This record gives sequence, structure tokens and C-alpha cells, in this order.
Amino acid sequence: MFNQVLKGVGMAQPIINVENFRKTYAAFVAVDNISFAVPPGEIFGLLGPNGAGKTTTLECLEGLRQPDSGRLTVAGFDPHKDAPKLRQVIGVQLQAAGMPEAMTPNEAMAFFCAYHQVTPRYDLLDRFGLSSKRKTQFHELSTGQQRRLALALAIAHEPQVLFLDEPTAGLDVASRTELHAVMRELRSKGTTIILATHDMAEAEQLSDRVAILLNGRIATIGTPLEITATGAGLTKVSVHTRDNLLLNSQRTFPAVAQIVQKESYALYFSRDIGQTVPALIAFVQAAQDELIDLRVERPSLEERFLELTNHQGKGA
Amino acid sequence: MSAFATHFLFEFKTGIRNKTLLLMNYLFPLGFYLMMGAIMPGINPLFRDTMIPAMIVFAVLAATFLGLPDPLVNARESGVLRSYKINGVPASSILLIPGLTTGLHLAIVVLLITFTAPLLFDAAVPAHGLNFFLVMVALSLACAGLGLLIGVVSPSTRMTVLYSQVIFIPSMILGGLMLPYSMLPEAARYFAQLMPATHAMNAFNGLAMGTTADFNPWASVGILASSGLLAFGLALYLFNWDNKNSQQRGHRALALLAFLPYVLGILFLP
Repeated sequence: MFNQVLKGVGMAQPIINVENFRKTYAAFVAVDNISFAVPPGEIFGLLGPNGAGKTTTLECLEGLRQPDSGRLTVAGFDPHKDAPKLRQVIGVQLQAAGMPEAMTPNEAMAFFCAYHQVTPRYDLLDRFGLSSKRKTQFHELSTGQQRRLALALAIAHEPQVLFLDEPTAGLDVASRTELHAVMRELRSKGTTIILATHDMAEAEQLSDRVAILLNGRIATIGTPLEITATGAGLTKVSVHTRDNLLLNSQRTFPAVAQIVQKESYALYFSRDIGQTVPALIAFVQAAQDELIDLRVERPSLEERFLELTNHQGKGA
Repeated sequence: MSAFATHFLFEFKTGIRNKTLLLMNYLFPLGFYLMMGAIMPGINPLFRDTMIPAMIVFAVLAATFLGLPDPLVNARESGVLRSYKINGVPASSILLIPGLTTGLHLAIVVLLITFTAPLLFDAAVPAHGLNFFLVMVALSLACAGLGLLIGVVSPSTRMTVLYSQVIFIPSMILGGLMLPYSMLPEAARYFAQLMPATHAMNAFNGLAMGTTADFNPWASVGILASSGLLAFGLALYLFNWDNKNSQQRGHRALALLAFLPYVLGILFLP
């Protein structure tokens, strides 16, 4: 199965390998025999509802927990057996930014960089908007500032692999945009990023590939485009015309599965926009109405995710 | 600066910045010293003979049993230790460095007490400086080891208070700080010998203050040092990075082995 995964993504030397990984907590199966591989320089999104196994997968890859069975390697190291070597090549931003209460951002940077044996990167504190908080104790920082500090610390030693667990939770728009820019910059330098998030828009926007975890299993894996294409496949066509002739119309169009009205727009969910859109335009022109706005939107990752979770819920 | 030096400097500053640690390292012991110095010589003039060691033992008990374990438990509960683990901070540094910085804070308090007590309260001055230092080191080692062991095995901050008080309160009552060991009933003496404070007072009296020890003072130093080393070793062995992680190397009850030297002392000291 693992060979199929590798073959599927066309990679020769993945930086992260997960083969038949399983982890249980007493009777609860947190992760159930999953396999995937991530090539260097990729942003790989791990998506899933609470309890799907995202954090457990990350924690086993980071060496914080030991898998029950399966084989995990990160940058060639076994996260459990080669922990000291692994620490030098990974950066981790945990879901809960654990830092001593009395530690200031300046001290935290000096402290963690000392253990990584690199020069402290105080410039990262400025980049993450912490210039004025450099000497403020950790417990006096806001949640957003604490998360930004955790991120700055995670990348200070320029890791090969960066694990981000809900990195933008609690961040304002500016910090979020800055983080996304940093992630893209790191990717361009060859850093592999594993991103666990609830934020589908973020995952779709940033990830090269995503895996959706449901009940400890991979429900689907691929690029955001591939994943959205494998769903029910309905594309939304929103049309607004001058005379609103499409509203309250009983008229049907080719390949349309569903029609919804929203404010002044008629929304058509089409199985084949190649048939639907020309028919709509022809109808508007024939009725001597005028097209004000026409938008075609493919299904989002969020819609595909909801489709999968609903399907799983019904199946359960 | 090396990782050890950076960590040490941060922990030392934390001992002053953190209000609880400031209280336990400095304010509580020095306040108690000033209060006892003002009251006790009037009630019991002989208290002047043991005032310096008694107040030093009290300072060590407060800093190590009331100050040292709680930050460790808090760090584990709040995920600080997980952060440390993924950034390569070794368990030995997490245990050793707070122990050493507490020792440094204690050294400051000991100097303050030792130099001011004769001037302020006419307290007896230690007769043998080197022995005084040796007993002080052995006591700090024993108590810091036990304090860290409490922090390692305690499942919550509430239990930390309980474990700490189980040693702190009997030490105050039976440890020879207020009431000489020789005045204790026979049964209470056995119990008192389980306390580091009893052995510290015995060693201070017999080796440093020029007074009489109740039992072999060098044996007391040996018991303190060996129990301290044993406690550090057990703390390192039982150390757990994460409350959620169920994989533990040994049962918490193993921590009681740190009292083995005291038990052997009861059995073999005349």
C-alpha cells in the first residue's frame, strides 16, 4: 500500500514517511493504520474534525509519543529512537504554546537557540510584531502574541521540517497574513511544512497536498484540486441579470442538479458547466435581458470536507 | 553563552521574578528569622546557641519543599516540558538547574542570616566554618533532591502541597529547630530521624556549632548526602514530560526509596 502512496505522488525520496501507523489510547483507536509520504519542500495539510487523529499523528512524528505499530521516519530519523538528532532538524509549534510564565520573548529566543546551538534570531521577534514586547513576561502576552512567539521560536533554527498545529488560531488578520507569507517563503527555501488545521480556506490556499483524517483513517489524500474534483462535482453558477428574469423562473437548464435563489442571484448547481453556462447566456439574450454578473465557483475544500464528514456520519 | 549558562541565568532570575518563589526563597525565611530572633531568645535564651542553624534549616525547608516542586508540576501541566522536549532541553537540566539556582538563592539567605544574627540577636557564631559549609551543602542536596522528587511524582499542584507538607510540618515540629531532639519522646525520635531537618540540626550541632550531637554527626552528613543523591537519581528515573503520556518508567511509590538512608540510620545508629 505504501509503495502505491509513493507512486501516486511520484516522489523518489520523501522527507516524511508514515507506513501502517497505528496509535491507541486504551480502547480508543486514535490513528488506525495510516500511510502517507511527504516530499521535501511541500506544504502538507492534515485536516480533520476534533479527535480525528491529527495531533496524535503530529506528536508521533515529533517524537512526543510512541506509535503502537508502523514505521515513521522524518528526515531519515526514527522520531523515537533518534530523538536528539531529530530535534536539530525539526521545528514545532504546539497547539498549546508552553512557555515558562516569567520568560520574556528575548529570553525565550536566547534559551531555545542556545539548546539548538544557533545564534538567536531576534529579528524574527520584530517580523512577528513582538518588537515592543521583547521584555514582557510570557503570561502578560496576549494569546495571539504567545502564538506568534511560538512560531518565531519554531523557525529560529531554520528546520528542515516544520510542524504547525493550528498555527493561526487566535491570530488577527495581519498576523495571519504574515504567517502565510513566512510559510510560503520557507517553502521556497525548501522547508517542508506539516500543517494541521481546522481552517479549510487556509489549507486550500497554502497546501500543496492535503490529507483528510476521519476517525483515525485517511478519508482522502491529494492536492486540493484533486480532492475537490472527486466529490459530488457540482459547480456553482451564480447569475444576476438586469430584469431578474431568472428569479422565480420555472425554466430548467442542461446538467443542473439544483436551483437556489439568494438575494438577486439565481444559483445553479451544475454537473457540467460546459452545457449549463452557454444555455443560461442564450436564454438571457433571447429574453432581451442583460447579464450583470455571472460567477462560476468550483466546490471548495470545505464543501468537500463537509461532504466527507457527513458521509462518514451517515455510514457510522 | 552556552545552553547550560542561559538556562541557569533564566532559572536564577525566575527565583526572584516569580512571586511564589521570591516568597519561599527570601521573604518567608527571612521574615520568619527576624520574627523568631525577636521572640525566641526572650522565651528560651538557649535558642541563641542554635539560632543560626535552625533558621538556615528553616530557609532550606521553605525553598526546597514549598518552592521547588510546584513550578515543575506547573511546567508539566501547562505543556512547558513538552516545549522543552521538542527543543532538545534534557531532563537532567530541567531537574538539576532549578536545584542549583535554589542552592544559590539559599547561599545568599544563609550569608544574610549568618552575618546578621550575631549582630542583631547575639546568636552563637559557627565554630567550624568548613564543617558548617559541608553540612549546609549536604542539607541542601538532601532537601533539593526530595523537593524535585515531589515535583516529579506529584500528579497535580494540589497533591504537591500535600506531599510537601507531609515533610515540612513534621520537620518543623520534630526536626530540632524549636525543640531539641533530646527532649522528644522515644517514639517521636524514630519518626524525627526520618526527617532531613533532624540530621541537619544534629550535624550542625556536632560539627559546626561546637555543641553536642545527639548521635554520630558524620553519619548524619552521610545520610543527608546519600539520600539527596538517591532522590536526584530517582527523580531522573521517574521523570515524565507529559501528564497525558501514560508511559512511565516506574511506579511513583519508588520515590519512597529516597528515605532508605534515613531508615538505615534508625536501624544502625546507636
